Amino acid sequence: MRDVVITGIGIVSCAGEGLDVHLSALSGTPNTDSETFAPFPVHPVAALEWDRQIPKKSDQRQMEAWQKLGCYAAGLALDSAGAKEDADLKGRMQLIVSAGGGERDYAVDGQILTGLRGAENPGVFLNERLMGDLRPTLFLAQLSNLLAGNISIVHGVTGGSRTFMGEESSGVDAIRIAKERIASGQDDIFLVGGAYNAERPDVLLIYEMGSFLWKKPYAPVWSRGPEGGMILGSAACFLVLESREHAEKRGAKPLAALAGIASDRSRREPGSVEQSLHNLSKQLGAKPDVVISGATGVKGITEEEQAALKDIAPGAAVHATGDVIGHAMEAQAPAGVALAAGLIATGKASDALVTSVGHWRGEGALRVTKA
Amino acid sequence: MALRDKQGRPLVAVTGMGVVTSLGQGKDATWAALTAGKSGIHRINRFPTEGLRTTIAGTIDFIDVEPFCAPMLSERLAMMAAEEAVGQSGLAQTEFPGALFIAVPPVEMEWPQREALAKASGQDGDVTYKDLLKAAATGEFKKWHDLFIFGTVADRVADKFGTKGSPISLSTACSSGATAIQLGVEAIRRGETDAALCIGTDGSVNPESLIRFSLLSALSTQNENPEGASKPFSKNRDGFVMGEGGAALVLENAESAKARGAKILGYVLGCGEKGDNFHRTRSSPDGSPAIAALKQALDDAGVTPDDIDYINAHGTSTPENDKMEAMSCTAVLGERMARLPISSNKSMIGHTLTAAGAVEAVMSLLTLSTGRIPPTINYQVPDPAIPLDVVPNVARDANVKYVLSNSFGFGGQNTCLVFGAEPKGA
Repeated sequence: MRDVVITGIGIVSCAGEGLDVHLSALSGTPNTDSETFAPFPVHPVAALEWDRQIPKKSDQRQMEAWQKLGCYAAGLALDSAGAKEDADLKGRMQLIVSAGGGERDYAVDGQILTGLRGAENPGVFLNERLMGDLRPTLFLAQLSNLLAGNISIVHGVTGGSRTFMGEESSGVDAIRIAKERIASGQDDIFLVGGAYNAERPDVLLIYEMGSFLWKKPYAPVWSRGPEGGMILGSAACFLVLESREHAEKRGAKPLAALAGIASDRSRREPGSVEQSLHNLSKQLGAKPDVVISGATGVKGITEEEQAALKDIAPGAAVHATGDVIGHAMEAQAPAGVALAAGLIATGKASDALVTSVGHWRGEGALRVTKA
Repeated sequence: MALRDKQGRPLVAVTGMGVVTSLGQGKDATWAALTAGKSGIHRINRFPTEGLRTTIAGTIDFIDVEPFCAPMLSERLAMMAAEEAVGQSGLAQTEFPGALFIAVPPVEMEWPQREALAKASGQDGDVTYKDLLKAAATGEFKKWHDLFIFGTVADRVADKFGTKGSPISLSTACSSGATAIQLGVEAIRRGETDAALCIGTDGSVNPESLIRFSLLSALSTQNENPEGASKPFSKNRDGFVMGEGGAALVLENAESAKARGAKILGYVLGCGEKGDNFHRTRSSPDGSPAIAALKQALDDAGVTPDDIDYINAHGTSTPENDKMEAMSCTAVLGERMARLPISSNKSMIGHTLTAAGAVEAVMSLLTLSTGRIPPTINYQVPDPAIPLDVVPNVARDANVKYVLSNSFGFGGQNTCLVFGAEPKGA
């Protein structure tokens, strides 16, 4: 089995752009927008100069926000890995994206719902309005695999491309599968990550239906009390992963090593998350001096994670990714790995455990160590 | 016979298959209709079609789910296909000894649900998302959170069959079904698991998804004769016809399959994939990514272009795909391509989108086991630019040892699989 190292990181969120600002933000309060979607706070992404990573306006126009965020972060990761200008390398670079789905035309949706109420023949009315009012290219901004497609187009990453779905778990499994493919010698180098736009009423709607959202002013994920709830954050994070030999050969400096990834799916009942985290950390042989938690703030599972971490990582500093970027769903695990790798690369930690307890299902843990 | 391939990796055997399409439930029903040249395309009855440019599809109308929506139907199709596949494999129905890889359509909440939320909000003026959010806060729509998030179909299938580990839901657009199989093959070759349940499912023919494809001018508008609308490789082809379907394959390490005395239905010998950065919906004019995927699949399988006896085409019936596919296949298989049978199941079941790669994998394996090649129906006007043997209109018997199955998708997705009755050199 070959060692797998992290040689590039691209991250954007409410903390700004790049790894350094995110490491600084580990000890602060994340920027929060409590007005736009009140009563739901969200962590809005900082203003980005799209042209810097997505040079063509025509490409920018073809994407909605989640795809632009992902493309931008993917570009940063390629830059950081020293891979951006190497067309041959990008031509054999494999891509795994953890993604949700697209965005809607909120005004059109509202108008149609208003019209449907009084429509004589609602089905026909719906057909006519959708045919007339939907932008044809909106479909391509909605399809889950089109973030990967856009990364191929904008950055020329054209090995195989696969898109995993399934909320938080998809982020863990994307990294897991990439690591296994490198370790087994099937492939040498991957671009892996995800993107999430929280500033969207349709995603707030899905999670509000399930009563998962925090509706008060920002509070840290560990301090949301018995009600609990998550604050969604707009963010994207991509990692360049490769075998140690491959990195050495091309003169790329590893930031950290990806020592192991474990993921599972427990039937959720009281105590199951705590037990699952114990099992996963045991599988990884985790001896963390720092924990980057993907905790959501959702009641029950957040307390269980806190209890598990006390046993698994006594004495370790515990940071919650949610308190840096918010909860970025499919992008949460990649972002956690980025923060862990950053702390290790700057000598602030040597063995990190990154957790991912999905708001509804799926548990994962990733171990990041010194390169 | 060695149970490892030339690269020393475990051979991957298929020990169970299941299918549901508009032609029927179960692989026997679909296979009988497919080899009889029967079409499953019909007028859409599921919703009103007034005002639409396309009013036909290969919907599956013999299954009812409640509430009727894409994730529920997709889940049902996946369950039915998986029951058949796991049943045939002889493995435990509720304790599947391996991982789940499932290609699912990207779901979204649908209009009936939005309407119900709008109604519950009590808003009688202009409806906005604020109103929908207000209705959501009542807690009365809790179940729809689970219904419309992306990991739910996989979670329910994993629950029912007791698959191991974190299930992987995936999308590579119209090559998704093939990618699910590829992920399973890779996991077995790496030794992570001895078995994988690989599924592609798609029950997403609803007004908005049909309209979205229609607005991209991707669909056939030849509504007058639904059964004749899907015309892959014909000169008068004018777009694909949406179809629904589900297919499941049980993949196993050949060694463990033989050890437990399972009947081996065929082998997945090779997989190839290549991204294309030319355009979001069109492929590189020189076909180089599709060509690379084809070559990689053959290399991975340890076979030469001359070994391939039949190609189960992606063959969507769009002007672009069929031309590019013919060109790419010819580039890889050479002048032999003029005589090599290549046919499209989509001429009969339409384009089952997320499921297509898995459905067509099952059909490819049935060709291997029965020696029968399903036709490309509706082939009345040959396209001089595509001088291929498309097995026009009538099924054919042939000695088929190796089949190549192609899947191409929006977003520059190209995935090719090679199936064999036996590994080469066996």
